[in-house]
Amino acid sequence: MTDMQQLYLLVPLAPLAGAIIAGFFGKAIGRAGAHWVTILGVFVSLVASWFIFQDVERGNLFNGTVYTWATSGDLSFEVGFLIDKLTVTMMLVVTFVSLMVHIYTIGYMAHDEDNWPADSLAGRHSYQRFFAYISLFTFSMLMLVMSNNFLQLFFGWEAVGLVSYLLIGFWSTRPTAIYANLKAFLVNRVGDFGFLLGIGLIAAYCGTLNYTEVFAMSQKLAGTTVELIPGLPWLLISVVCICLFIGAMGKSAQFPLHVWLPDSMEGPTPISALIHAATMVTAGIFMVARMSPLFELSDAALSFVIVIGAITAFFMALIAIVQTDIKRVIAYSTLSQLGYMTAALGASAYSAAMFHLSTHAFFKAVLFLGAGSVIIAMHHEQDMRRMGGLRKYMPITYFTVLIGALANAGLPPFAGFFSKDSIIEAVHLSTTPGAGFAYLLILAGVFVGGFYSFRLVFMTFHGKERFRDVAPHGHDAHDTHDAEGAHGHHAVHEPHESPWVVTVPLILLAIPSVIAGWAMVGPALFGNYFGGAIFITPEHPAIARMAADFHGAMGMITHGLMTPPFWLALGGMVTAWYLYIVRPDLPAVIKEKSGVLARILEKKYGFDEFNEWFFAGGARLLGRGLWKGGDQTLIDGLMVNGSAKVVGWVASIVRLFQSGYIYQYAFSMIIGVFVLLTLWMNRV
Amino acid sequence: MTGLPLLSIAIWLPIVGGLLVLATGSDRNAGLARLIALVVAVAGFLVTLPLYIGFDTTTSAMQFIELLTWIPRFNIHYRLGVDGISMLFILLNSFITPLVVLAGWKVIEEKVAQYMAAFLIMSGLMNGIFSALDAVLFYVFFETSLIPMYIIIGVWGGPNRVYAAFKFFLYTLLGSLLMLVALIYLFFQSGFSFNLLDWHELRIPLTAQIYLFLAFLMAFAVKVPMWPVHTWLPDAHVEAPTGGSVVLAAIMLKLGAYGFLRFSLPIAPDASRELAWLMIALSLTAVVYIGFVALVQADMKKLIAYSSISHMGFVTLGFFIFNSLGVEGALLQMISHGFISAAMFLCVGVLYDRMHSRQIADYGGVVNTMPKFAALFMFFAMANAGLPATSGFVGEFMVILGAVQFNFWVGFAAATTLILGAAYTLWMYKRVVFGAVANHHVAELTDINAREFAILGLLALCVLGMGLYPFPFTEVMHASVENLLKHVAVSKL
Repeated sequence: MTDMQQLYLLVPLAPLAGAIIAGFFGKAIGRAGAHWVTILGVFVSLVASWFIFQDVERGNLFNGTVYTWATSGDLSFEVGFLIDKLTVTMMLVVTFVSLMVHIYTIGYMAHDEDNWPADSLAGRHSYQRFFAYISLFTFSMLMLVMSNNFLQLFFGWEAVGLVSYLLIGFWSTRPTAIYANLKAFLVNRVGDFGFLLGIGLIAAYCGTLNYTEVFAMSQKLAGTTVELIPGLPWLLISVVCICLFIGAMGKSAQFPLHVWLPDSMEGPTPISALIHAATMVTAGIFMVARMSPLFELSDAALSFVIVIGAITAFFMALIAIVQTDIKRVIAYSTLSQLGYMTAALGASAYSAAMFHLSTHAFFKAVLFLGAGSVIIAMHHEQDMRRMGGLRKYMPITYFTVLIGALANAGLPPFAGFFSKDSIIEAVHLSTTPGAGFAYLLILAGVFVGGFYSFRLVFMTFHGKERFRDVAPHGHDAHDTHDAEGAHGHHAVHEPHESPWVVTVPLILLAIPSVIAGWAMVGPALFGNYFGGAIFITPEHPAIARMAADFHGAMGMITHGLMTPPFWLALGGMVTAWYLYIVRPDLPAVIKEKSGVLARILEKKYGFDEFNEWFFAGGARLLGRGLWKGGDQTLIDGLMVNGSAKVVGWVASIVRLFQSGYIYQYAFSMIIGVFVLLTLWMNRV
Repeated sequence: MTGLPLLSIAIWLPIVGGLLVLATGSDRNAGLARLIALVVAVAGFLVTLPLYIGFDTTTSAMQFIELLTWIPRFNIHYRLGVDGISMLFILLNSFITPLVVLAGWKVIEEKVAQYMAAFLIMSGLMNGIFSALDAVLFYVFFETSLIPMYIIIGVWGGPNRVYAAFKFFLYTLLGSLLMLVALIYLFFQSGFSFNLLDWHELRIPLTAQIYLFLAFLMAFAVKVPMWPVHTWLPDAHVEAPTGGSVVLAAIMLKLGAYGFLRFSLPIAPDASRELAWLMIALSLTAVVYIGFVALVQADMKKLIAYSSISHMGFVTLGFFIFNSLGVEGALLQMISHGFISAAMFLCVGVLYDRMHSRQIADYGGVVNTMPKFAALFMFFAMANAGLPATSGFVGEFMVILGAVQFNFWVGFAAATTLILGAAYTLWMYKRVVFGAVANHHVAELTDINAREFAILGLLALCVLGMGLYPFPFTEVMHASVENLLKHVAVSKL
């Protein structure tokens, strides 16, 4: 094994070692031991990733097997690494955000014992357990992105899902948390169902699960038609890509499998930033970008992708404008931004999707961690209606969140502007069927994005200091903080800025939220940064045409000032300013007037109710029907006990002939002899 | 290799040891009985290790063959041997036995010697089933192994144990009577041989093959159990003591599946292919239908019993799609299910020993009082839901891949287990373990002790190890499975 290969192994194994030590020996090493060992693990991983990045920059790619997991017939299942620009970008994003979140957690979870019932043994060493989980997550995510085959991809895919499940339900005594984590796991399993079928088709038709070998056969897949439903011939590659994308829809929370992500906010805020914004939910985006040699050959799949992405981008953003829980606003914002990335994938702008994935990881982590900082200051109050005017109490949090909001809204020169604008332009230029429809939706989404981002900023940091009000606050459908323990009396506390372990990660993440777009847009999008890792057919020229028009980051800003997205974002921002600063009485009036529309948004289009009624209720009804009707009545009642009854019945008749009276036996013998004689004599 | 009769030792050591335990007599000597049982069980496992170490993975031929004349009048022999299909089950069986002995260490207080002896004897008999190459020998082991289990349920079982024991006994006995007829038919067809390997070479007309297949099906389908002859299993599990459930799920269910590979497929290959649609349909029904039924169970043991049926559906599905992914996946699923179902029943046993209830509704918030147990139970629940890096994933994954290769929609139906398996397992886990402490009984629970931790921890290591590196398992079965598939592909008409 070469030195580089050892370095590759070090990247995922260092966080794993940290997780194992903190997880199994948490009691022995104590709190400080747990956070230092895990931070060290992730730090080592980040440094190693940086060296690997340098190495890849020099053109040293790697694709090789670590060990053979199993073999069956001609199929060999392996664990191995593929190291190229795509991988190394994800490695840097994951390890950097993870390191920031690890440090931040020291502050956020410092008083975690308050979140548990006093006598709960599960609450002991919960601090150490939390660090073990987030390090385990980092390991799983790295295995996912570094994989060179579908088996390991699926491994990482499910492993991040497991850690997500464990962390959403971290405060396991809260009913809402353990409802949310089960929901998240099951919805993700629906996606995995499609994903696994896609992998199955690849194994069946390619005879291998190795990426490069599969890509080499992509033309064969594109040339094969299958009739899954007789009379409906489909291109095999379209079926494969759509199946794989269903997996991405689960993990990256795309409509209609998005329902789990808002509920995942029940987990502690650091993981909302790390798992449910910056990294895990982008696994689906990464996967499709990785599979670009397959998706490029199927217009049907790309069309499906772009439409789903655009629907998610717009309609999830709309829900964000009626949310009052600060974390849920950001959660719906995340859904919307993931929709943008997905739309970019559908427009064959894989590099734009990856670019937005990276900038989003920074600015969304800032928003979540900033929200977490506010939540600490507010003593676990998450309702923005009970905040306001916080900027003078927590200036660092305010400025970093402001940067995050500006980037999220896509205003120049912040990072989000470059990536979001590229996506909009790419979809505009795209020839994928459905791109026109998608363009309208994501353009409209920009206005909504500007609005909800600054609604959050204004409601939380500006205006009247509503946290002093002791008036009972209104309960509504998504009022979940009741479970957060005692509240109502913390209005007496004076809010204050969070400790350095919280603010330093905020600042370190805010910096790339400002400059990453400016610095990276040229090379990342148009400089062939990803090299051979992304494949685009000449029939999909959107990115190439954009590259021809690109004249540096400054040129992009000046050009951007003259295009609709900028004015839409600004318009959204100004509207938020008017409604929440100038005329704070208006939102209630508008809500009153809009009636049904507001109800629909507040009900989140009714997905939760429908799923609960149709899928959860339906499954239970079916289960009970099959059990009572099938197992108990038909099989046990009719067949098993029924045949026992028949035996009993036959026996009861036969018993009549065995009365024990000689004369009855004699009589029946005589009758028998007569019958036989008669038959014998008449046989001729 | 040494000339020791390893298979005979694997069979007779636990049986003789069991008789020895029985000889300790009444419960006054319970401590001694436990000690001897543990020593015998551990020794019984150790003697099977050379089977793995000395196993030649390059050949599909029978290994460690032993041959003695038994009843010359009918050409019946004491003929033993293992191949890549059967060898691992002898190890699995011998590995589970010490765990079962340990699991009953404190809980069983009455008739201790008899209890321990029953498990040891049963362990030896089941090793006999997996290594017998003579049909009569197989049949004798197959039938006698019912007796200890019948006694275990009937004596140490729950309140409704007599009904459950009878249902178990009659169901399985009736099933195997038709198999006896088939064995006698084959005896005459083969020119008076009971040698299984001779039978594998027999040419049999299709109609006869179909009758043979159906006769074997009756015997094996009940054992697996396949839908719709599965209803004895939930009853048996609910009434059986923890150890009984463990052996039932981990080993006894595998006997039926093993029978398909040793009898049905090689003896009646044409009928197997002819009736594959039926087997696939029954298997998928087990996966989907039983998955839904498991969802609504209120009794934890019933839920796990139904989950077992659903997982065994994957095994029979894998066999009858006739590709190496399917068959090897099914075999891996059998071994993995041995670990996981054993662990799941032991977990319920841990709770039952403390609360004397199996009802999900009686629990809630167990994590607050038993965090160590909760962590292990979570691990096994995830394994039961087929999470990668656990053994539960390996078999399921390979069978689903094989099924998609066979037919997309068969794979589609099989893959629903991803959702259903997670739903019923994790929903149960949520209601039992998560949440606030539900009542004062839960509040008074004590976490698992060192003995319980050792048992569950050992199983967890097996589940994890097999999930991370199943290669040693696939390597062993490879040659035999390929040979079997080649054999099945050739017509025997």
